[in-house]
Amino acid sequence: MTVGLFIPCYIDQFFPQVAIATLQLLEKLGINVEYPIRQTCCGQPMANSGFEQSSISVYQLFVKNFSRYDYVVTPTGSCAYHVRKHFNKIDQTPEVVKVRNSTFELVNFLTDVLNKTEVAVSFPHQVGFHQSCHGQRGLGLSNASEITPDQDGQAIRLLRTIKDIKLTQLTRTDECCGFGGTFCVSEEAVSARMGIDRIADHVRNKTEVLTGGDMSCLMHLDGIIKRQRLPIKVMHIAEILNGNNIYE
Amino acid sequence: MTATHSQLAEAFNKDFDRTTWHDEALWFVRQKRDSAAYGIKEFQELRELASRIKEHTLSNLDKYLVSFEQNAIRNGVIVHWAMDAEEHNKIVLDILLKSNSKRIVKSKSMLTEECHLNPYLQKNGIEVVDTDLGEHIIQLRKEPPSHIVLPAIHLKKEDVGNTFHHHLGTPAHESDPQRLAEAARQHLREKFISSDAAISGVNFAVAETGSVVVCTNEGNADLGINFAKVHIACMGIEKIIPAWDHLGVFTRLLARSATGQSITTYTSHFTKPLEGATMHVVILDNGRTKQLGREDFRNSLKCIRCGACMNTCPVYRRSGGHSYNFTVPGPIGSILSPNLDLKKYSSLPFASTLCGSCTFVCPVKIDIHVQLYKWRQIIAEENILPVYKKWSMKIMATLLANPLLYDLGGKLARYVLRITPDRILNNNWLNSWAKARELPKPPKTSFKTWYIQSSKKK
Repeated sequence: MTVGLFIPCYIDQFFPQVAIATLQLLEKLGINVEYPIRQTCCGQPMANSGFEQSSISVYQLFVKNFSRYDYVVTPTGSCAYHVRKHFNKIDQTPEVVKVRNSTFELVNFLTDVLNKTEVAVSFPHQVGFHQSCHGQRGLGLSNASEITPDQDGQAIRLLRTIKDIKLTQLTRTDECCGFGGTFCVSEEAVSARMGIDRIADHVRNKTEVLTGGDMSCLMHLDGIIKRQRLPIKVMHIAEILNGNNIYE
Repeated sequence: MTATHSQLAEAFNKDFDRTTWHDEALWFVRQKRDSAAYGIKEFQELRELASRIKEHTLSNLDKYLVSFEQNAIRNGVIVHWAMDAEEHNKIVLDILLKSNSKRIVKSKSMLTEECHLNPYLQKNGIEVVDTDLGEHIIQLRKEPPSHIVLPAIHLKKEDVGNTFHHHLGTPAHESDPQRLAEAARQHLREKFISSDAAISGVNFAVAETGSVVVCTNEGNADLGINFAKVHIACMGIEKIIPAWDHLGVFTRLLARSATGQSITTYTSHFTKPLEGATMHVVILDNGRTKQLGREDFRNSLKCIRCGACMNTCPVYRRSGGHSYNFTVPGPIGSILSPNLDLKKYSSLPFASTLCGSCTFVCPVKIDIHVQLYKWRQIIAEENILPVYKKWSMKIMATLLANPLLYDLGGKLARYVLRITPDRILNNNWLNSWAKARELPKPPKTSFKTWYIQSSKKK
């Protein structure tokens, strides 16, 4: 099995440590991983702003880069959702269909393709998990509070198997953080307020390390944490699953 | 130019504590909805059933509307058809003038809000009193509703106390909800007794029997209709359900989704006029058939106006109903309004993070967040967005479609961010991100560069 690693543009440029952790984690599991270097982005930023038509050449480049792999794995639920859901705008050639069906968010790949049920690392911290909406409601990677009171999901189940970890029980388990792509600047006031409220929930419930499957949400939340000078460290779930130390 | 949602939301957010209060008040309602939904095991099945009944009805609307009309006429009801708000208002005024009705009591109806019926009737010398408590409060304040089920949810009890002191003569600074409600009851009782005609909305219109069903918690619709000589029920064409058998599906979902109650306190069925009275039904289109013709958006007409999408929407809770500038605020309003005036309401489909919570609470399974995304595409295609947005997106698309340009652009952007002094980078005026948030510190190398370098070492 060969996996094509898709690293979203903003992770590539701003959070290379998340991409490195993802690569290392997959390689430790014995997966043959390739990173096609002509990759850029999934096209979501333009499409969510209404410019789906302008994104079409980006979609085509994506398919060209990734159609040769058995699976495409990416440390983001949001971009995986975009590829699966919104690549319907281009001609549905066998390559496009293959890429759409074989693109997986990292944790989803670990649990549903590799059938991982536990991870053998230790992380002796109080961890707050941020449920990102596109992974949760878009890809169905975890239960939603609109449907059921049972808080369950692939990421939470894996995190629970980590040695010495303590998971934060939030007051609002799955409210959106307010990032929302260009929403974060076009609706700055509401976006910031949503982030402030999410962080307040984590502070109230004693989170030391904030994690999640989407660096975009975490970047927005980290911006608030840093502005408010709060003692919360932000790490992508790939870093924790890879056994990274909190101080790395 | 009309203010955008983002401008009005920013103004709303200036009062931090009041925003907290508004968010929590509505979140409380969302939680009550959750307990009610978790409380019956067939809730998800009911949603599916309701969605299918509505889809079937919308696909056969021509048939069911005519059958409703025929059955209503057989029951002695007078049925009117209105193309738009103007025609609707004229019909209502005409009925009132012909029956010599001067004093009107009206129970809650979003449709008459949509048509701006109150100011129209008042301009024509008719007294119209909203009898739903929330509606009455905002009528006294001359404000539009900020929510479709909880029209005065933007007001605190102290605000209501001030309004009642001013208009109903309650003691100054009275804020006890029970005393305030009692003052409203006494005031409204007089209006009920002396009214000539009653106007109501319609929650469901049953084609099979020609009946209309009105749901309230205050019983004000019944009080009004049973006192008055004339009853005018105003409904949109999408209120039809085929048969009595279907009603239970909706009444079970409506109150649970709206407020977490198992059923509204009053679910009143009106099939024929009372003895010596007349009953009219006004059926309104006002853009609904146009929406029905839009394949991607037609199922927005399944809406039963429960307001659950508002209560769950993290943006609505933190921006208030008035920031939407449309009769129906929140997520559902943001997919209904562009149908009526794409330009005027062009900021609404963008007033969302596309989190999808609205779609998940919707009792009739409208894919609201998918439709928000689709309206964005139409708005961009119609060239309604600001020019800078269009060009920045086009430039970005060009960069992202070309790996070399992307690598260079990324490198340049990180370099600029690294050398720009913090006071410029975090200047609120230059960078709205930085009003409440720090920017991430850009690393020297991208992952791609690291990957290429480390592969060479291997």
